[in-house]
Amino acid sequence: MEDTMKLKKTLRKKELWSSIKKDWQLYALVLVPVIYLIIFKYGPMFGNIIAFRRFVPGGSIIGEEWVGFQYFQMFMNDPTFYKVFANTFILAFLLLVITFPAPIIFALLLNELKNQLFKRFVQTASYLPHFFSVVVVAGMVFEVLALNGPINNLLASWGFEKISFMQLPEWFRTVFVSVDLWQTLGWGAILYLAALTGISEELYEAARIDGANRWKQTIHITLPGILPTIVVLLILNIGNFLQIGFEKVLLLYNPLTYETADVIATYRVGLQSGSFSYGTAIGLFESIIGLFLVLGANYLSKRITDNSLW
Amino acid sequence: MKESWQYKVFKVFNVTVLALIVFVTLFPFFNIVAQSFSSEAYINTGQVSLWPKGFNIETYKVIMSDSMFWINYKNTVIYTVVGTIISLILSTMIAYPLSKTRLKGRRFLTLFFVFTMFFNGGLIPNYVLVTSLGFGNSIWAIVIPNAISVFNMLIMRTFFQNIPDELEEAAIMDGSSTIGILFKIVLPLSKPILATMMLFYAVTHWNSWFPAFIFFTEKELFPVSIYLRNMIKGAEATVGTGATAADNMVQVSANIKSVTMVLTVLPILMVYPYIQKYFVSGVMLGSVKG
Repeated sequence: MEDTMKLKKTLRKKELWSSIKKDWQLYALVLVPVIYLIIFKYGPMFGNIIAFRRFVPGGSIIGEEWVGFQYFQMFMNDPTFYKVFANTFILAFLLLVITFPAPIIFALLLNELKNQLFKRFVQTASYLPHFFSVVVVAGMVFEVLALNGPINNLLASWGFEKISFMQLPEWFRTVFVSVDLWQTLGWGAILYLAALTGISEELYEAARIDGANRWKQTIHITLPGILPTIVVLLILNIGNFLQIGFEKVLLLYNPLTYETADVIATYRVGLQSGSFSYGTAIGLFESIIGLFLVLGANYLSKRITDNSLW
Repeated sequence: MKESWQYKVFKVFNVTVLALIVFVTLFPFFNIVAQSFSSEAYINTGQVSLWPKGFNIETYKVIMSDSMFWINYKNTVIYTVVGTIISLILSTMIAYPLSKTRLKGRRFLTLFFVFTMFFNGGLIPNYVLVTSLGFGNSIWAIVIPNAISVFNMLIMRTFFQNIPDELEEAAIMDGSSTIGILFKIVLPLSKPILATMMLFYAVTHWNSWFPAFIFFTEKELFPVSIYLRNMIKGAEATVGTGATAADNMVQVSANIKSVTMVLTVLPILMVYPYIQKYFVSGVMLGSVKG
């Protein structure tokens, strides 16, 4: 018994060895990206060690001495942390309930268009914001929402008072989610549109014979047809729940709107270099929540849709 | 079957809604283009919407003669070109071997890469690493740490996988090495995916600003995105201080931001017809990854 195990092991070793010998060039190709990954992706993961060690700028990159969970306790006792944590969750939740379903509806509306030329035009136009740099997007937002900008002019012409959107904390979430919607509506619909073309025309024909109107066809054929896509994307979205796009927050917020706009990631950016360890502890905490969300979402995906990310 | 009147009403409603969406989507862009060509009297009273009023290109002249703008613009071009080349080479080096099902440890390697999509070291450890490597204030700080997009790499891998094995087997018979096959057979057949990836990466590098924001302190190294960012953030502070400042603003300060924005997105717009075609097929390809 033990002998056969040993034999199998040596055989496998031999197999691996001969495979490496035969395909050494493939392995050589992989080597550079793997080393790259170890240094630039796995390196910083290991670098998280400074969340548990005192770090001095200019000193050792893995910190000076162990301090245990001191930095974690620090943010657990920090009221600002709870505020940014809540802000992050609220924004993430709003994005999930608003910018996730919107592309589905958009795709369904596009699907009802008979005029292919108009359909293509709408699609092409709707992708455009996706390719703008977030800096340009922020610039446009400031222009459009400026006190003498188009939105405020519209408000004024309807007899409303002008609103300084970018200076009011109560407006930040609305602005942020609207901008996100504007950026992702068209782009987010692509996969649904692809799924829609995959639905067999025969199903619709059968439904028509049964006397189902367009609305009933949508409910009973179209929606079930794209349901797998919706589930997969929903799960991916839950996995990336906390990634609300902090670069955009960083560009759109200012001290006046910190109250609602400051999120975990931007809070970290704002920390001074003296508190690297503290910031790393917060970052690690966020990454671990994120990892659990991804693993949980992937597990659910496997159970429900048989789709798995790995 | 005849269409019900409800469906006819819906169709009108649908076209109206979609037209409205197109309008809202394009409005901010056409608005800044219009502003960039308008004169300050119309801009500051908020009269410019979709068409320039009081045609004026003074600000374009001013920006175009600003040497810092050109230095930063040139930097963006350099970072984009160098970054795209590095990204393409590294992605190919990993995607091609991973496309070979016979490769031992393929599953592990894929996982090794995919894991970095979902868990990363975080901002500060990244910052510490990059600066301790001496990359601060150098092009490497922005083109190296984010060189590989695992998502793009997986799309490439899928494409390579779909190249018929027979083609490569024939070349092996002729005595070609693996690397020889990659260059002589696989890459020439992969021009569409290479073009797609080139656009993917180029757009990302062109639009990038955050790495430069945290790693660069010297103005001469900034990409144009930081030039624009500083302008937006700098001007934002004066918005809150009231109208007194606006009274003595000249033409340039009225639309300097819109002019810079237009000049920054111009290259993206020029390749937009291609990117929207390629990106869509690229995303489709990625969705059928196996």
